[in-house]
Amino acid sequence: MIRLTGIERTFAVGDEMVHALRGVSLELAQGEYVSIMGPSGSGKSTLLNVIGLLDRPNAGTYELDGRDVTGLSDDELARVRREKMGFVFQFFHLVPRLSAEQNIELPMVLAGIAPAERRTRLDRLLTDYGLADRARHRPEQLSGGQCQRVAIARAMSMGPHVILADEPTGNLDRHTGQEVMAVLERLHQGGGTLVLVTHDPEIGSRAHRRLRMTDGAIVADEPSSQFKPGLPPESPANRPPGSRGAAA
Amino acid sequence: MLLSDLVSFTYVSLKAHRLRTGLTALGIAVGIAAVILLTSIGEGLHRFVIDEFTQFGTNIIGINPGRIQTHGVPLGAVNTVRPLTVDDALALRRAPYVQAAVPVTQGNAEITHAGRSRRVTLYGVGSQFSSAFRMHVALGQFLPDDDPRAPRAFAVLGSKAALELFASGNPLGERIRVGGGRYRVIGVMQSKGQVLGFDLDDTVFIPVGRALEMFNRESLMEIDVTYDPTAPLAEVEEGLKRILTLRHGSEDYTVTPQQKMLEVFGTVLNAITFAVAAIGGISLVVGGVGVLTILTIAVAERTAEIGLLRAIGATRGRILVLFLCEAALLAAVGGAAGLLMGWGGALALHVALPALPVHIPWNYAVLAEMVAVGVGLAAGVMPARRAARLDPLETLRSE
Repeated sequence: MIRLTGIERTFAVGDEMVHALRGVSLELAQGEYVSIMGPSGSGKSTLLNVIGLLDRPNAGTYELDGRDVTGLSDDELARVRREKMGFVFQFFHLVPRLSAEQNIELPMVLAGIAPAERRTRLDRLLTDYGLADRARHRPEQLSGGQCQRVAIARAMSMGPHVILADEPTGNLDRHTGQEVMAVLERLHQGGGTLVLVTHDPEIGSRAHRRLRMTDGAIVADEPSSQFKPGLPPESPANRPPGSRGAAA
Repeated sequence: MLLSDLVSFTYVSLKAHRLRTGLTALGIAVGIAAVILLTSIGEGLHRFVIDEFTQFGTNIIGINPGRIQTHGVPLGAVNTVRPLTVDDALALRRAPYVQAAVPVTQGNAEITHAGRSRRVTLYGVGSQFSSAFRMHVALGQFLPDDDPRAPRAFAVLGSKAALELFASGNPLGERIRVGGGRYRVIGVMQSKGQVLGFDLDDTVFIPVGRALEMFNRESLMEIDVTYDPTAPLAEVEEGLKRILTLRHGSEDYTVTPQQKMLEVFGTVLNAITFAVAAIGGISLVVGGVGVLTILTIAVAERTAEIGLLRAIGATRGRILVLFLCEAALLAAVGGAAGLLMGWGGALALHVALPALPVHIPWNYAVLAEMVAVGVGLAAGVMPARRAARLDPLETLRSE
């Protein structure tokens, strides 16, 4: 359903050109559970953003559900994102002045779904993610785990085909991180495609398919359960908040 | 996105910073209030002046001796101006559409009765004066339609002059002296009050022929002509000019229709109203700059949020509309508050200074509210475009 061919992505950093992705080709089937791992600056997040249509490759083609989406306009991309992609971010990215349920509702509001239909979906999402008693709380009144559950519920509200999670546990303690992973994996068991970028080998190894990136290229694509990362792990719980190791 | 969602999203955004929103809206409110208040005063002044001028009716044409327009020939050498006479006035009565042609001369005279005397404004007028100028007699009658060349010595007193001279006594039939001549009082006018600084009650009216004699004048000061209000003004003017030019040999007089005077006044007063509205407009522009500032700050603060909205499917256009809507709502709230403030201010002014004419032009008020929203939108365009142009990827990283 997703086919990337020869994807190149370069950024200008000062006078230098940084190759974040070098000719990446990748196929993802519906219902896959994939983790992308690799050292900082290896291009993990850039690849995720390209898959999520948040970033445009400089070269290469992207086929989504049999349709070439490489040349779509910004607004068309926004519409495809709205309908097919669900994003979960390390820092949750909740709108601080909106309540939990208003945050969850946002993609449906943007899509112009009628209030009655929204209410039905909202009630189900709030129950599914154990947020029923937190519906009217604002993000500042929620714990980190609850915030991430709100963000996941928001990502799920439009019934996306693909869930893209960039370090979803990176800003959570270990226990809460496990909880959030359990929620994401439940989504996958429900038939959704889950693509996960992480630093944490323990989290990454839970995926059924594990991609390893170095220097803008996929160097390993292992369905094997014996997959072990070669680099010393960076514990997400110990990193200072605000640092973002996976930046391209 | 549904309109109701757009409004509620915008409302929540504005509510999140109550103080900031309030102060910014206040800027717009002050601007709108200033516009309303100043145009109210301007409009009040306009109405006041027009009312003063139209209380005698609007179908009046004044004819004065001499020409106001300057010609190429030096006029100082030969004065060819003929006096305007009572006969001219009588002749003008025959002009088409004319209802009354009243000869008028004005001066100052002492009136005396039983040892009391008073200096008043004297009007030498024709018998049609009171009906032409819609001035009514309180007691007795106005001057009769005598032979204008030999009128009887009758006088009609203004209400104040009558009160001062006779106190509570009945002046009718009494003999008074006016500027040395002996007159019999046959009427007292109703009070008219002051008109543009002239006290029309401290007056005495006598036949115009006797007034000219008293002041030893050849010419009337003015002939006032009233005409059928439905008649075309140009034709009325034409008829008057034809008769007078025939009698005088040349156009050595000036015809001034009151309607034309009113038009000139109207133009001047409209200019004044517009000028004061423009002064109020300056504060409105300042208010608009406030909206611009706050929105620019809001866009900077909410970069991450904009990124998120873009990621979850908001188009650039949607972001633009969100911020424009915020600017418009902010300005509309400020504008509404400004309307209330301006209205309250005008009312307070009216109560505190009854002499100052204040009239709230509601069409201006509606216009002001629309201008407020317009100012808000204009101020919002720049920050909203900036927000819409942000790259979602960059903005997501900004946290």
